[in-house]
Amino acid sequence: MTPLLSVRGLRKYFPVKSERFFAPRQMVQAVDDVSFSIEAGETLGIVGESGCGKSTTARLLMRLIAPDAGEVDFAGRPVLTEDGLSLRDLRRNMQMVFQDSYASLNPRLAVQGSIAFGPRAHGVPGPKATAKARELLSLVGLDPDQFGRRYPHELSGGQRQRVNVARALALDPRLVILDEAVSALDKSIEAQVLNLLMDLKARLQLTYLFISHDLNVVQYISDHVLVMYLGKAVEVGSVEDIYHRPRHPYTQALLASRPTMDPEVKLERSPLTGDPPNPINPPPGCRFRTRCAFAEDVCGRVEPALTSCGATEHAVACHMHVPDSGHSRRQ
Amino acid sequence: MLYYILRRVLYTIPIAIGVSLIVFTLVHLAPGDPLSAVMGEVDQKMLAEMRASFGYDKPLPLQYLIWLGSALTGDMGYSLRTGAPVFGTLIDAAANTMVLGVAASFVGFLVGASAGMFAGYHHGTWVDKAVSAAAIAGVSIPHYWLAIILVIVFSVQLGWLPSMGAGAGASVLSWDAWKHMLLPAIALAAIPCAIVARTARACVMEILSMEFVEALRARGLSERRILLHVSRNALPTVLAVIGLQFAHLLGGSILVEVVFSWPGTGYLLNLAIFDRDIPVLQGTILLLALFFVLTNLVVDILQTFADPRISRA
Amino acid sequence: MNAPEAQRITLKFDALTPAPGAMEVPVGVMLPRTYWQTVGVRLARDPYTAACAFILLAIAGAAVLAPWLGLPDPAATNAAQRLLPVGSSGHLLGTDELGRDMLSRLIHGGRLSLTMGVLPVAVALAIGGTLGLVAGFIGGRTNMLVMRLTDVLYAFPSILLAVAIAGSLGAGVGNALLAITIVFIPPITRVTESVTTQVRAMDFVEAARASGAGAFRIIRTHILGNVMGPVFVYATVLVSVSILISAGLSFIGLGASPPTAEWGLMLNTLRESIFLAPLNAVLPGFMIFITSMCFNLISDGLRSAMDVRL
Repeated sequence: MTPLLSVRGLRKYFPVKSERFFAPRQMVQAVDDVSFSIEAGETLGIVGESGCGKSTTARLLMRLIAPDAGEVDFAGRPVLTEDGLSLRDLRRNMQMVFQDSYASLNPRLAVQGSIAFGPRAHGVPGPKATAKARELLSLVGLDPDQFGRRYPHELSGGQRQRVNVARALALDPRLVILDEAVSALDKSIEAQVLNLLMDLKARLQLTYLFISHDLNVVQYISDHVLVMYLGKAVEVGSVEDIYHRPRHPYTQALLASRPTMDPEVKLERSPLTGDPPNPINPPPGCRFRTRCAFAEDVCGRVEPALTSCGATEHAVACHMHVPDSGHSRRQ
Repeated sequence: MLYYILRRVLYTIPIAIGVSLIVFTLVHLAPGDPLSAVMGEVDQKMLAEMRASFGYDKPLPLQYLIWLGSALTGDMGYSLRTGAPVFGTLIDAAANTMVLGVAASFVGFLVGASAGMFAGYHHGTWVDKAVSAAAIAGVSIPHYWLAIILVIVFSVQLGWLPSMGAGAGASVLSWDAWKHMLLPAIALAAIPCAIVARTARACVMEILSMEFVEALRARGLSERRILLHVSRNALPTVLAVIGLQFAHLLGGSILVEVVFSWPGTGYLLNLAIFDRDIPVLQGTILLLALFFVLTNLVVDILQTFADPRISRA
Repeated sequence: MNAPEAQRITLKFDALTPAPGAMEVPVGVMLPRTYWQTVGVRLARDPYTAACAFILLAIAGAAVLAPWLGLPDPAATNAAQRLLPVGSSGHLLGTDELGRDMLSRLIHGGRLSLTMGVLPVAVALAIGGTLGLVAGFIGGRTNMLVMRLTDVLYAFPSILLAVAIAGSLGAGVGNALLAITIVFIPPITRVTESVTTQVRAMDFVEAARASGAGAFRIIRTHILGNVMGPVFVYATVLVSVSILISAGLSFIGLGASPPTAEWGLMLNTLRESIFLAPLNAVLPGFMIFITSMCFNLISDGLRSAMDVRL
């Protein structure tokens, strides 16, 4: 079946402002050759530490930033090519919920106005758009009579995020990107919003791309998971595979560093050693090798490609799992 | 940081060129002959000769380049009225304005900065309210009106201070010179003083609201030491504003100088406008504008040293 | 909808922080006011701003209604009655050096002086505001170009530039207005560009772009409303400066010319009379001062009122 979203070789480098005139340009390799796909109706979770490129990836997909390289196909049609999907059409099909619930709403607009903005921009007449906005407010659990005319500063964080979800749904998209959408909420509210999201997904047959640094939340909501490190995709697989059979040393370390309620599990040493390397002009080879307990010569010379290991969907970018890589621990 | 300074200095060059272009265009924008000022007084032949000697028969862009080139070497031509070299006249006038400006600044900024900081520190008390009220009044006051009031009170009614000129005193520090300087300096200083006071007050209030001040108090520092810390933090912004106001003051002194007939650049400018003395007009505006640009540059650079937080990438 | 009941309830929330009882608003009640309504209420409550608005309205009102107020002809000279002191019979504020009634001239003068204060700022706001908005929204090279150009004009002290332009063009109200407008365009452009750039970087603008809206719609719905506030506050300050500069230009003979009634010009012509009638000589300047100060205070009030938790 054609995946709903297919991404190949996505790349974005940001130039670093240099003080001098003539020094060679330095680049932050924010997203480097990232590929993945999402099937319709599923949730792909993207995890990684701050600065690994998750949010940049989201913005590249939404075309809020222009990628340096890469191909994106939506429902089989290439995006932004001559006979492919236009930007406008892309944005009808793919929407995003941002992290900062307050900053993502215009303080001067009533919330139903913010929600109705998208449809109006696509030609829906005013009253109809407002009616739809109010409908969506009900859908996300906010009474339109009470909340429709309110301003963002009159709502709580959880309520605002519901408004943001309603806004994202206003154009009837098929794919919704949730960029750290619940990260800033209190835990209890976070749970409510997560349940709302899952409920909406079932009701409206949505597909989600869920970005977060919170491993537990991603485990709860995702079907498949992509692990990113310093701009690269290091492991991808079903949530089962990733959380119970992690292969990449980074994934293993991430999972091991989760605080747990089990008194038997005591962490004496940090699973991750060393310092993260400079994201500007990263060193050759595997980007994780400076912190990897299993790093060897080959890791510093050759960059490991995302290779399948065992189960069909499970792939790892690590020389320990790449055939004939030269790594002593080749499994 | 050094690169920032270099970049900033280099950037000044196109600005300066742009300024000179504007000055030249402005002055030659006016309808009418540049020599209209003297037209009634000399005959046609003389006029033609003057035109040639001043270079007014050449195409405008060429005139601009010639003027700019010679201005850079100190030759700004000769006054159409007096025949004296423009540069020399300008320098003398500029010296007078500078004297006035420095006097005004010294008192004005000292008073303004201290009053402002004091008010900010004692926010909410009557002192703060009084200073704020005075500052708003100061910012709204037409300084030429203030000048007239000062003249009325101190010269006409009380007869204490002279109302015109810079005095015949030999040196700038003579009592005669001071007597003549006092009123114009006060008039000139009013608005900048108020602006500095407002800035200082706002700055101090903002710093006081920062958490590190609470931390200092919690550590048991005396109020006086805290005041020192706060002032140190406020200083870069306040100094920057002082620098800018000083530059504005020098450039905008014309209205006060006219009231007091103070022989400075403003007075010269005024004469030149009404005499349509093109060379003097060009030279004066150019000098004042370039000085403004220079002062801005210096203030920017000094701020880089003073406030380490400002990221100059 | 705006039943008195509802209004009283909403008043409890007007501290404008998210009220803990936000969920408890009874159904069917009119919800809290729009942002601009809130600003308006806060402004009206501030005593200083209210007083200034009142004063300005009085001055402006008198200026507009001047021809119908039954005042003596402001141009009627009467050599025998020159420099009558304030409080003389028939001339409430005395007469000027040519025997013309001061009160009448001050009120008529207000028409020109106020116009010269407000008009340049309004025009500069239209031009500079658009420039700054476009530069801030588009960013990149366009922004750099626009800002570099304004930097050159910005390199002149305001009074100097105004005098230079007015002086070059020649005396006259039109030239003075043009001069002041030109002087104000760069600062307004700068402020607008700065605010627009900040607003444009905010998430809700990105969200608006993500909905596929075109640039005009985004500017109209999301950017303009958020930019206009701070820019307008700045513009009110500029009006107070404009009043000072325009009167100053007339003062040195570059704006209005005699026998027009204009405050700066009057200040100049009455200068010779400071020995004989100091109070009269001071009156026009007082009008300049009061008007300028009122605009300044209103600007301050506006800034505070708009400092709603955004």
